[in-house]
Amino acid sequence: MSKHVIVIGGGVAGLEAAGQLSKAGIEVSLIEKDSLTGGHLNNWYKLFPDRRHSSEVKAYLDGISLNDRIRLLTGTTVEKFHRNKSHFSIITDKGKELSADAVVVATGFDLFKSEKKEEYGYGIYDNVISSSDLEVMFRSGKIVLQNGTVPKTIGIVHCVGSRDEKAGNLYCSKLCCVTAVKQAIELREHLPASKVFCFYMDMRMGGAFYEELYREAQEEWAVNFIRGKVSEASETIDNKLVIKVEDTLAGRPLKMELDLLVLMAGMEMSEGGKKIATLSGLTTGQNRFFSAADPHYGSNRSNINGVFYAGTCTAPMNITETISHARAAVSDVMDYLKESN
Amino acid sequence: MEKFGFSISKGRQIDYEANDRRVADFIYEREPSFRLCIECGGCSATCTTGNLTKFSLREIHILIKRGENDKVREDIKKCMLCGKCTLVCPRGVNTRNIVMLAKQAFIKSDEYAV
Amino acid sequence: MQFDPFVIPFNIGLYFILIYVVVRSIIWFRDLSRPDKLRLQRGFFGIAFVQSLKEIFLESLIHRKILKTNLRLGYMHMSLAFGWFLLILFGTIEADIFGAKHLNAPYKAIFFRFFNPEHGRIGFEAAYGFLMDLILAFVLSGLFLAVSKRLWSGVVGMKKTTRLKTTDKIALTSLWLIFPSRLLAESFTCGAYNSGSFLTGSLGSWLASFLPAQQLAYPFWCLYSLSLGTFFVLLPVTRYMHIPTELFLIFMRNSGIRTGDKTGSFSEVETYSCSSCGICIDACQLNFSAGITNIQSAYLMKAIRNNDDVSEIAHNCLLCGRCDQKCPVGIELSPIRMIQRRLDEPGNDFKNIYKGYFRTRQTTLQEKPITSVNYDFLPGTNPEKADVLFFAGCMTHLTPAIKNSMVKILDASGVNYSFIDEQGGVCCGRPLMLAGQDKEARELINYNSQMIWKSGAHTLVTSCPICYKVFKESYYLDVEVLHHTEFIKKLVDEGTLKLNFLRKRVVYHAPCELGRGSGVYDAPKELLKHVSRLEKNKFEDENSLCCGGSLANMKISSQKRNKIAQDAAAELTKDYPDILATACPLCKKTFSSATDAHVADISEIVAEALIEPGIKKNIIKQNSTIKELVKI
Repeated sequence: MSKHVIVIGGGVAGLEAAGQLSKAGIEVSLIEKDSLTGGHLNNWYKLFPDRRHSSEVKAYLDGISLNDRIRLLTGTTVEKFHRNKSHFSIITDKGKELSADAVVVATGFDLFKSEKKEEYGYGIYDNVISSSDLEVMFRSGKIVLQNGTVPKTIGIVHCVGSRDEKAGNLYCSKLCCVTAVKQAIELREHLPASKVFCFYMDMRMGGAFYEELYREAQEEWAVNFIRGKVSEASETIDNKLVIKVEDTLAGRPLKMELDLLVLMAGMEMSEGGKKIATLSGLTTGQNRFFSAADPHYGSNRSNINGVFYAGTCTAPMNITETISHARAAVSDVMDYLKESN
Repeated sequence: MEKFGFSISKGRQIDYEANDRRVADFIYEREPSFRLCIECGGCSATCTTGNLTKFSLREIHILIKRGENDKVREDIKKCMLCGKCTLVCPRGVNTRNIVMLAKQAFIKSDEYAV
Repeated sequence: MQFDPFVIPFNIGLYFILIYVVVRSIIWFRDLSRPDKLRLQRGFFGIAFVQSLKEIFLESLIHRKILKTNLRLGYMHMSLAFGWFLLILFGTIEADIFGAKHLNAPYKAIFFRFFNPEHGRIGFEAAYGFLMDLILAFVLSGLFLAVSKRLWSGVVGMKKTTRLKTTDKIALTSLWLIFPSRLLAESFTCGAYNSGSFLTGSLGSWLASFLPAQQLAYPFWCLYSLSLGTFFVLLPVTRYMHIPTELFLIFMRNSGIRTGDKTGSFSEVETYSCSSCGICIDACQLNFSAGITNIQSAYLMKAIRNNDDVSEIAHNCLLCGRCDQKCPVGIELSPIRMIQRRLDEPGNDFKNIYKGYFRTRQTTLQEKPITSVNYDFLPGTNPEKADVLFFAGCMTHLTPAIKNSMVKILDASGVNYSFIDEQGGVCCGRPLMLAGQDKEARELINYNSQMIWKSGAHTLVTSCPICYKVFKESYYLDVEVLHHTEFIKKLVDEGTLKLNFLRKRVVYHAPCELGRGSGVYDAPKELLKHVSRLEKNKFEDENSLCCGGSLANMKISSQKRNKIAQDAAAELTKDYPDILATACPLCKKTFSSATDAHVADISEIVAEALIEPGIKKNIIKQNSTIKELVKI
């Protein structure tokens, strides 16, 4: 008798996990709240550090996850979560009852809601946007201000909702720095006449080829980097933004007029993940992400035997890490199914 | 000293051993969040005084920690305690208490001096 | 003559405490300022005296306020205070009527049964004995509650009780011994003489049935006298000093004396009037949210009485004023705390605090140069002339939604206004005052006052309740100072602003400095009712919670602040309102990071409800003021 696994979340981690499980001969039900699978990948334009188009990765994921062993349940959310010995049953918002031998939670992350940092004026000033808004602009190929004109000076604020006790997130989202560099390059690419300024607290370029991208941004794209946390933004009558920051390396406060301000929103535990946590009794950490059974050798296992984690529902990760994490989850699932036989 | 035609040039180095870090210790003991600063400059950016004078709360932090008290002693009196710095600090540093404690520490060290 | 040596401890105690109280009150009176002395003299011959008697009866004996907030705790205090009072009163009458002669020494009333063991067997005497037993039973029931409260504070509905020092413990023990020893002493005597009413009589005859009542009575009369004597002698060094002191407090307050800004007789009387009942502890969010349990007002009063270093306690407080509202004795707790903060500042000369630093309008109009010691860098400016000044305040600059909404509303109203701190102004001075640094605050106050006067405005509107309070209380401006809720309310009442009704359920959080601090409760609520469905919640008006963001607390960690904010926000959003409304940028900011609910300032809600949004006025002048000012 073939085994059945439910994967919750149809983003990068969920698709990869579902694809690998199906490859191993497992029947998979994939639950996705949106009408499309792909998650955040659908909103992104190009990926760091190589700036390949996100659709290429999407195409790969679709390739491995579109097969008849995987039942796709899009536009569906989980409403009930039961465990009966080695057997899981999930009831969806559409009243459908699914049962499975194991569950993979791949609920991913939500971007920090930038309006929570009111001092930056997101949702208040016309030309303050988030990093994901900018990706949408890149996709549309039109990078313009609210009034239709092209921005000349653009500021990018790092660490919006990350490493910020006031935002309730003490952790580093670790991908915003490289995203900022990537977007700075793309801005310069799209708008060669523009000037781009990155305001950072620390440049955390810890991934493969990140530092190289940082160098490229300085060398080839003349992106400016100013070390200091932006304290606030205000708007002038002609719709320009004035930001206040200390140029900590010069040791002087700095005031700058910008046309566009881009906020590098951090990553947070997703709302969907929080709901699963309350429904199932899965434990979450102080950072609100799911807490793994063991931080070193059990990052895919949970406090419930038979429930496994894949991807950014446990911590911020880039796509490479997410895919690896999802595969590791599948390996744990296979072990579990073998043992419970 | 300078009146007599010679001066002791101190050099630009922070003389870590020679410097008096008792003010820093005084603050560490009473306000543990003093250790949390990551020198992001958010406080100095929003600061009214800092935008009008050379006063920089971030710099004051680091100078006290290194025992470079002389510049801080006078500067710190310019703080209006308005609290914007506390509000923007991403590390939750209790900045106003640090200013209060530093003022206290300087008064104390003046009393014990001479 | 009826006398026995066992009454000596009682007599010593009684005369000691009487002399002590008289001397102490003479000193208190002597130390009062001249105006306060006059107030007191006027009060003594005026209505204040009658009012005080009434209040003493209602509050010191009946404990009406405690009864209102907590029935069981109130009963405990009432039975002890009022019961004891009745026991003394009726005991004195008893001794007078039934004693050998009239006008007896106090001990004869207190130990009446000892000297008249056979009294009260029949008729009126017996009825009177019944009454005395009834009163004693009343007191004992309160004592029972008090003992239980010590062992288990939940008995009287309290979460926390105050911790005691050694002398308090001795005094407490002697207090606890007074009534049981009286009960036993009277019972043994009654048992031996076959007298007494339902309590002492029954208990006495039962005890006499198996114990030598005659022999046992005397030791208990000694204990009774000794515990009374001990209690009286210890009174001045314990919290029980509140019993005589509260009478002075009530009289002084009714005569119009207030705490003020410096230590003096009145604040000392207030400090000694604190009975450590612990109601302030239960009201304090630092206690029930943040788990800080050693800084509450009862502890501050105790520390001041003990001459301890109170600096840490004084500064670790949100000054939200919840305890002031709940204190059954009506002690002005926050002003006393402020005095302690000022005392902490070296070189604060209290005698000159007003003379040197509070300028009158006349002196400032002569444009004397500001002699600023600490803030000499502040730029001299000439603000633009306007009818209405809008002073956003420091915090509002970090909540641009409020700033923008106010600009929208001001534009829509068509008033001739100037946004005085558009480019970021100078602090109002209140945060320095809250830190006890009045001299420094006065420099900023002088600076801002000049700016305001020079503008020629007749109305000053501010968005920040912290600024509002200091403008109202410490600026001596003769312009009308309004919080923006009051100002908008006025515009709406005049018909200048037309607002839509938004179909939204709103809960209002009254900011401390605006509500309890300045008494502005109605304007914000009426405004909200005008534009939305204002819902009730448990924490309204005087009982409002603090958001936890208060600038008054220098010591609290950000984690504990967050905890207070989260708890308060959770209470307020229990019924899932569409908007958690407030009227303070600091409250808004604090709540925003503590709850997922939508938090908004009233100005934002009003701006959304505006029927004809005004055209954006060019409020930034080309020669932006700040550019000229900077001199580094």
